[in-house]
Amino acid sequence: MNVSVWKTKVDEVLKRSGKSKETLLPCLEVIQEACGYIPQEAITYLRENLDVPSIDIYGVITFYGMLTTKEQGKYVIRICDSLPCYLNKSDGVLGVIEKELGIEAGETSADRQFTLEVVPCLGLCDKAPAMMINDKIYGNLTEQSVKKIIAELNC
Amino acid sequence: MVTLTINGKQVTVLEGTSIMNAAKQVHINIPHLCYLEGLEPEYHCRVCGVEIEGEPRLAPSCVRQVSEGMKVQTNSARVRRARRMIVELLLADHYTDCPTCERNQTCELLKLAFELGVKEIRFEGEKPHYELDETSPAIIRDPNKCVLCGRCVRVCHDVQTVSVIGFVNRGLETMVSTFMENGLGNVECTNCGQCIHVCPVGAIKEKSAVDEVWAALADLEKHVVVQEAPVMRASLGEELGLPAGTLVAGKMHAALRRLGFDTVFETNFSADLTIMEEASELVKRVKEGGVLPQITSCCPGWITFMEHFYPDLIPNVSTCKSPQQMFGALSKTYYAEKAGIDPARIVSVSIMPCTAKKFETQRPEMADSGFQDVDYVLTTRELARMIKEAGIDFASLPDEPAEELMGLYSGAATIFGITGGVMEAALRTAYKLVTGKELEKIDIEPVRGLDGIKTATLNVDGLEVEVAVAHGLGNARKVLDEVRAGKSPYHFIEIMACPGGCAGGGGQPIGFDMALRGIRGQTLYAEDRQLPYRRSHDNPSIKKVYEDYLKEPLGEKSHHLLHTKYTKREVV
Ligand code: SF4
Ligand code: SF4
Ligand code: FES
Repeated sequence: MNVSVWKTKVDEVLKRSGKSKETLLPCLEVIQEACGYIPQEAITYLRENLDVPSIDIYGVITFYGMLTTKEQGKYVIRICDSLPCYLNKSDGVLGVIEKELGIEAGETSADRQFTLEVVPCLGLCDKAPAMMINDKIYGNLTEQSVKKIIAELNC
Repeated sequence: MVTLTINGKQVTVLEGTSIMNAAKQVHINIPHLCYLEGLEPEYHCRVCGVEIEGEPRLAPSCVRQVSEGMKVQTNSARVRRARRMIVELLLADHYTDCPTCERNQTCELLKLAFELGVKEIRFEGEKPHYELDETSPAIIRDPNKCVLCGRCVRVCHDVQTVSVIGFVNRGLETMVSTFMENGLGNVECTNCGQCIHVCPVGAIKEKSAVDEVWAALADLEKHVVVQEAPVMRASLGEELGLPAGTLVAGKMHAALRRLGFDTVFETNFSADLTIMEEASELVKRVKEGGVLPQITSCCPGWITFMEHFYPDLIPNVSTCKSPQQMFGALSKTYYAEKAGIDPARIVSVSIMPCTAKKFETQRPEMADSGFQDVDYVLTTRELARMIKEAGIDFASLPDEPAEELMGLYSGAATIFGITGGVMEAALRTAYKLVTGKELEKIDIEPVRGLDGIKTATLNVDGLEVEVAVAHGLGNARKVLDEVRAGKSPYHFIEIMACPGGCAGGGGQPIGFDMALRGIRGQTLYAEDRQLPYRRSHDNPSIKKVYEDYLKEPLGEKSHHLLHTKYTKREVV
């Protein structure tokens, strides 16, 4: 990952909002957006500049479903397992995706094409079960429909 | 001032007082779990809920401040029901292996359940199955028992300013962990063990060496030598049911012999030795224009902290090993030679109030005797358990002295166990080294007591010697930042990682009560006053070890066996 990508963005945020603990989340957001994950060097940079211990930065990253320290695939699939989705058989859908991609929730495929994550509510309960692939929303999923969605991305 | 009513009783307190503290004034203890005196309240658990007239919900009394005319009920049926429910829910997914749990005599959750009348647990939650964190040589964390009170996180952040543990994840997956879940052994943990003291349950404990020590004692090939840290005489009794602060040096020696230790010595002896070396080093630095201030080096928690966070101050830190390690090196050289025992047969055990000592002893450089200098470290709690396991009636044991060669000690050594003690002991000897005369006012009051930072000026032959003492790493930081900024007026600084010094070490009887730590200190000062020698340089066994073996402080042999160097460590 090109370091300058996240660093320039972070420096912009720091300039705009100042070097304080409150700036941590906005910084993490721009890094996640720029790199698709939060690299270790970025955490060190934030620790030094915001004077926040790395365990606290890590705490924030693990608290928010959209932030991760793991390098992501080209497509990040986030499937919801909160109650409305679960009742509409999100676990079946998840099983199909896992089988199709040959990875389990929390993993990234060897070719770095897909990352699969189970996340809490995406706010798409009206379309349960639902998932997001990068920024795109997919709702009312069935085992058949997800097979198709993945097949399309795979070619 | 604010006046309110608690359970029908009027009470007037300062504005800003919490309901919980106001209640104490009318002799009511409100049950609590995540609150702990000495830490900022954070209301995670809600066990402390009380009813306030006119409010629909129960209020957490540990944080909720009093207001004028407030009417509080701490013991209504509703409050009792809510409290029981919370404790039941905590127990529902708690990993309850109480009979074998480290903390079954000191568990606050168990105590709460009993005191609040929890008689059944109506819910069954999923029990967690986290891996234990066993990456540290000193401390084990068991997230399965954690009740998420956050006390360890607060002590590590706010008191120690080490900040290596914190909450990670969210919802049911929330847990206390380290950066990237790397484990305590792979982050900047100082092994101070203060997190053990504040944990209400068995989620954090020391890595025990009890089994290894039993095995060594049973091995007829081995010759097992033991040393006990200065503060042990003031805290071991407490862990064995005697009143806090009972002086038990004599009984301790007797108990160790009955456990089967072959030779019972004293860390106090090597504390005196440390003073000889460290005071000589100070005088040398002052006379020869060396790096000042000199900072003490006997606390391994502080040393690790320094190596991570203040490696630029390495030149300031005394090169003296800690008393534990000086003893270890001599036990397999000087003692082995005197007793005619092959050092390969010697097992050197130390009894320490400290968890960081377990880390210190496995540092690769601590092997100047040609062997690992100290083989096993037992905490106060571990030794007490062995004494109980052996069925020794501690309270009725006779007083026995330690063996003289490395067991005779001065009062200066005894006070090592409380904040300020090393400073006082060093000044007693440094004064003699510089002036050739004895310091008349031997009790150096300004460096005593529990203030976080203490300072004093001592006139030594016209030179005003400025000293500072800090205990608790948060306090240490303040003093060190001054040194780093080149603004430190001091010649000599004592630092202890634990609040209270060794009296509050991570291996001591469980509790975060500063007053209790102070009582242990008073016991040490009392022993100091009654000992025949009160200065390290007066100790006959110290004179002997120099005459027979080391020759002189800072000499070649001393340099090899008693001094060390430090390593810069990363911050992740
Ligand atoms: S031992 Fe001390 S430094 Fe390490 S986690 Fe516990 S409180 Fe923090
Ligand atoms: S480990 Fe102990 S002190 Fe830390 S949050 Fe869990 S229960 Fe509380
Ligand atoms: S003790 Fe008040 S909320 Fe835990």
